[in-house]
Amino acid sequence: MSSTKRSPWITLSALLIYFFLYAPIVVLIVFAFNSSKTNIVFEGVVNQGACGPFYWFCKLFSNDDVLDAAKNTLTIAFISTIVSAIIGTMAALALQRYDFPVKRASEAALYIPIVIPEIVMGIGILVFFSALFTWFNSTFGLVGDGRLAMGLGTVIVSHIAFSIPFVTLVVRARLHGFDKSLEEAAMDLGANEFTTFRRVTFPLIAPGVLSGALLAFTLSLDDFIITFFTTGPGSTTLPIYVYGLLRRIVTPEVNALSTIWILTVLIVVFISQRLEARR
Amino acid sequence: MIQTLRENKKLQGLLLILPTLLWMFGLLIIPLILTFVTSFGGRSADGNVIYRFSLNNYLRLIGLTPEGGFDPLYLQIIWRSLTLAFQTTILVILMAYPLAYFIARAPAKRRNTLLFLVLVPLWTNFVIRIYAWIMILRTQGVLNSVIGWLVGLAGGHFQPFELYPSQSAVLIGMVYEFLPFMILPIYTSLEKIDNSLFEAAADLGANALRTFWRVTLPLSMPGVVAGTILVFVPVIGTFIVSDILGGRQVILVGNLIQRQFLDARDPAFGSAASIFLMLMTLIVTLYYTRRFGFGEEIAAA
Repeated sequence: MSSTKRSPWITLSALLIYFFLYAPIVVLIVFAFNSSKTNIVFEGVVNQGACGPFYWFCKLFSNDDVLDAAKNTLTIAFISTIVSAIIGTMAALALQRYDFPVKRASEAALYIPIVIPEIVMGIGILVFFSALFTWFNSTFGLVGDGRLAMGLGTVIVSHIAFSIPFVTLVVRARLHGFDKSLEEAAMDLGANEFTTFRRVTFPLIAPGVLSGALLAFTLSLDDFIITFFTTGPGSTTLPIYVYGLLRRIVTPEVNALSTIWILTVLIVVFISQRLEARR
Repeated sequence: MIQTLRENKKLQGLLLILPTLLWMFGLLIIPLILTFVTSFGGRSADGNVIYRFSLNNYLRLIGLTPEGGFDPLYLQIIWRSLTLAFQTTILVILMAYPLAYFIARAPAKRRNTLLFLVLVPLWTNFVIRIYAWIMILRTQGVLNSVIGWLVGLAGGHFQPFELYPSQSAVLIGMVYEFLPFMILPIYTSLEKIDNSLFEAAADLGANALRTFWRVTLPLSMPGVVAGTILVFVPVIGTFIVSDILGGRQVILVGNLIQRQFLDARDPAFGSAASIFLMLMTLIVTLYYTRRFGFGEEIAAA
């Protein structure tokens, strides 16, 4: 579609929708500087303690619960991204390049997480792990702290499970326009399979793998539902922590946390866009 | 052995897909089967699952009590979830289309930036975005303050809206959360439309409105279909938006399921509701994709 004359109504509605998209974010950031602890009405810019207007930010950084939740969130996101990027890329190669007996079934299985509500998958995993752990603990007579229980491990494997289909989808799209003769040329020139993969195939699909990994990372950071059903004591993530706060009292600390979150994401995205542009 | 691996393409493919199969089997197929099995079970006095075969949970869902009476409570919840999901989807299409159209018609070098601006709110956290809406919609919140101030300027008296917590607040929150998922696929399909088609339409004497109706809209339908699935599926299953913005009044299927696993401690009934939700979603999406086709737009998003 080319740029032609546009009706002013389209422009106006586009502007209104952009406003709708950004208003909540602006509100969120402004209220991080609120002097009112209850944070219902904006009562002026806070100026308290050594940090002045950044009072709530300082308070946030002395809050161990938040720091633990941030650490858990990042640990989960990093591990699940790396594992799902590798497994998802392997699956994309298999589905795009090879014929094997269970191909159709694998393709179908990879579509399921996309077309069923997340809560169905979350409940399934919860039912599965609790049945598995109950059986395991009683069979092997595990008691007390030695028992298997929900925690970081269960959250990580579940995040990997919902990330794989998305990575596969993105990498397959990249492999779709891939010129096979490049690999054949490398093999003709005497490179073995491994060298061909390392020097030819991988560099060509790397941007796809990278965007797949980025997608997996953001999905993991943002996930609430699956985490909610697979988490245990000691593996609280930031979304779960904020949700817990929302059901009690919310101080501007949550806004400060949101502000830092938004800025961090923007910086990461900005850097990755720059890297992409340089390619 | 390495020699056989080199020559056997089937084996190579299988090895590459193996980890994915393990994961999908262990964390998707088996859990779904287990949920299905549990859904026929019952609840023991201490909240554990009793495995047996009984249709009680499903009968309870459609309103039939064990005593033979009729209680429409759960049917009302299902109906509320369906209407809310349809309302959200329609509102989202109505809002996403003009914006996607605006971006697709913008100068080529500005399109990426405009699209990027759609994505930024999506990268802030889901839960945090709902929280922002509490601050806007509550009775003493930003929306009422701004309107009250404007009305005050005009010398009028303003009775603040009581939007939070309510079903309208849930609807607004849902629309906000899922709007970007509709903008992206519609944009992708609009952007692909060949310019010569517009020229042809103009040459044949079609005006702007007719061109839109007969050329643009039909050709962008794959984007609308993909977007509908990307919006409808998560909306019908979510429980946080209704939990936070609806207070305790707006109970959806998602809330019903969640409560069976946490407060009510009846996993068997929760599993039945979960299977019911899955079938409902599959029926709606299958009907929809059969009817309108299913493009690559879903991948593009």
